[in-house]
Amino acid sequence: MAADVVMPQMGESIFEGTITKWLKKLGDKVERDEPLFEISTDKVDAEIPSPSAGVLKEIKVSEGQTVPINTVVAVIDAAGAAAAAPAPTPAKAAPAPAPVPVPVAAAPAPKPQIVPPPTPQPVAVAPAASATKEAARVHSSPLVRRMAKEHGIDLTTVPGTGSGGRVSKQDIEAAISGSAAPAAVSASAAAASAAQRVAPPPPPVAPAPLAGGGGPAAHGTQYVPALQIGVPRERIYHGDYEVEPLSNMRQKIAEHMVASKHVSPHVYSVDEIDMTKVAALRAKSKDEFEKSYGTKLTFMPFFVKAVVAGLRAFPPLNSSLDGTNVVRHKEINIGIAVALDWGLIVPVIKNADEKNILGIQRTMNDLADRARTKKLKPEEVQEGTFSITNPGVFGGLFGMPVISQPNVGILGLGAIEKRPVVINDSIAIRSMCYVTLSYDHRVVDGAIAHQFLHKVKETLENWSEPLV
Amino acid sequence: MGQVTFLDAIKQAMQEEMERDPTVVLIGEDVGVYGGAFKTSEGLLAKFGWERVIDTPISESAIVGAACGMSYLGLRPIAEMQFIDFIVCAFNQITNFVAKGHYLWDAPAPIVIRGPAGGGVHGGPFHSANPEMYFVHTPGLKVIYPSTPYDAKGLLKAAIRDNNPVLFFEHKFLYRRIKEEIPEDDYVVPIGKAAVRREGKHLTIVSYAAMMHTALEAADELAKSGIEAEVIDLRTLAPLDSDTIVESVKKTNRCLVVHEDTKTGGIAGEIAAILCERAFGHLDGPLMRVTALDTPVPYAPTLEEYFLPNKEKVVHAARELAKY
Repeated sequence: MAADVVMPQMGESIFEGTITKWLKKLGDKVERDEPLFEISTDKVDAEIPSPSAGVLKEIKVSEGQTVPINTVVAVIDAAGAAAAAPAPTPAKAAPAPAPVPVPVAAAPAPKPQIVPPPTPQPVAVAPAASATKEAARVHSSPLVRRMAKEHGIDLTTVPGTGSGGRVSKQDIEAAISGSAAPAAVSASAAAASAAQRVAPPPPPVAPAPLAGGGGPAAHGTQYVPALQIGVPRERIYHGDYEVEPLSNMRQKIAEHMVASKHVSPHVYSVDEIDMTKVAALRAKSKDEFEKSYGTKLTFMPFFVKAVVAGLRAFPPLNSSLDGTNVVRHKEINIGIAVALDWGLIVPVIKNADEKNILGIQRTMNDLADRARTKKLKPEEVQEGTFSITNPGVFGGLFGMPVISQPNVGILGLGAIEKRPVVINDSIAIRSMCYVTLSYDHRVVDGAIAHQFLHKVKETLENWSEPLV
Repeated sequence: MGQVTFLDAIKQAMQEEMERDPTVVLIGEDVGVYGGAFKTSEGLLAKFGWERVIDTPISESAIVGAACGMSYLGLRPIAEMQFIDFIVCAFNQITNFVAKGHYLWDAPAPIVIRGPAGGGVHGGPFHSANPEMYFVHTPGLKVIYPSTPYDAKGLLKAAIRDNNPVLFFEHKFLYRRIKEEIPEDDYVVPIGKAAVRREGKHLTIVSYAAMMHTALEAADELAKSGIEAEVIDLRTLAPLDSDTIVESVKKTNRCLVVHEDTKTGGIAGEIAAILCERAFGHLDGPLMRVTALDTPVPYAPTLEEYFLPNKEKVVHAARELAKY
């Protein structure tokens, strides 16, 4: 049996790949998963393993050629593996005839000729039958396929509520009876994992017209893309493992993060801030500060103030997108990511622009303490207009945060470390900090983002505000 | 008759059959004077004498060989393995002679080979075996592994009366743990017939022996969340009652097999194949298995617990299957 080897898709939005090297020759025996060829795409270079064992029977795409994904690039003869492991070498020549003496220097060796490189032939893209068939295939079961056939139902039109979106018996029964109510087991099984199947986040487009019951019939429980798995389920379970349910908080985080990445085209800009001045000020005043106000002085309020200055100067970063409208927030409410033992939450410092360092520090401490003791009120995690997250506190050089919706920006703070930097052509030791701005490119462009970052940098590097 | 333990059910079956038929004899290690390691033959020596209740040296091969010879000469021996683990010492006798006699020479071998099997009692690797599948795989043998006193008695009687060699496994975990009312009248339970222990519509749990009780407990637990499992007790492993399994799965469309035997080569694999052959178009999910791990039975109680299937494992697998 011969198996086709196709150009794999090495990532979303990659549609072609170039074969840079064949690692096997025609007639070579190849094991399953043994590297077969190397490819280069606009995103990755990779060794591609053989999809099956056998003998490399045909190479259809030669080195240097670029072909669309799913193009058949080679054929592996599986039978060859079983029948004759040794490659189809020509039958061993019987006792070789006496070697014909080679006329020495009879003719000058042919000069190396400059041969034009072979023009890449457009490879006849045999519609990769197996691949397209695979794509159209609906995850179901023998029973469901039989029932669909008996009732003349196109399975691609039946929404699946089984694991991984599989069309289950209940789904096909519902489709047959035209009823939207899922059958008992689906509901009860879903109850065991109820939270897994909440409605997906609101669509990223213009506000949906208020559906007066005329919308598409809700079909039982819906499949949540946030909890989608990227491989067939059975590949998850191997070796020794334990299974524990994803906590509610993690499910919410998963939904929010996937929705955010789905909705907002993230762009990341990084800048480096010299925190020496702020560090000196903090070092000088922190004991006094703590004694007077009963709270420790951290770097965070300085960043909040600097961000406030940046947002004032560049209001597009303090907005939300609603379909074709941009909502410019007049308040500056800064969400601060707080790491918890069981997850992450982003309480909001409301009207951060109206507070001084002391006020921000107090509010922040209060919110963080109550986040850790689960005493936050719902409104205290809402109405943020911009967020700050601090991976640096765990030693991160810098992070690439995901935007907390419906904001359009989030600032990630790296660790503040002493680094040698060049100032006026001499090397100085300064307290440096990388900051990363993730922003929604639908609303904010790089020019504004970098100006904002610069404003933040400038504010911190030339700190002049009093603490109280 | 009152509540009868699994152990008493075995004893009753042997005693009643020995009373009914003078050709029935019992042979094994310590079955006479000592009354059996688990007291399944207590009092039988006094009742039936040395010629019918025969103590042997410690040689399972000799016990089965002798029983085989007896059966050729018209007796109906019950050969006891003190622990079923040691049945493999008689493997040659069973598979080469007992199982083939009828096929080769038209010599019926009405032998019952029985003994305590199974784990969960901290017996360790030499006293906890479930060797049923060696014999399920051997043509010419019937293999019974009951789960209740009623079935144990009725099936053992049927086995003694059967003209084929029958292997009869008794789960020692059940010996004293379960009791039930059983009729005083003579009755037999037909060999080769499974029982539906609980009806359900969302999935079928196929099991036997001690695990059948685990499956029932799991089904109760599942019912609390609205999953109704049908529980089938195989009772006989060879010949397998595939009709009952297929019929149930045609109704529920999902099948979970629970057995205490180790996974690879267990009956679950055979059932999976049967369902593929006979009910493929009715499957709405993969056949799933909850079985012991592919290792010897561990000594350490904690490890044995980890090794064996239990209610939680069955419930977990059933939920996965139900929502598949």
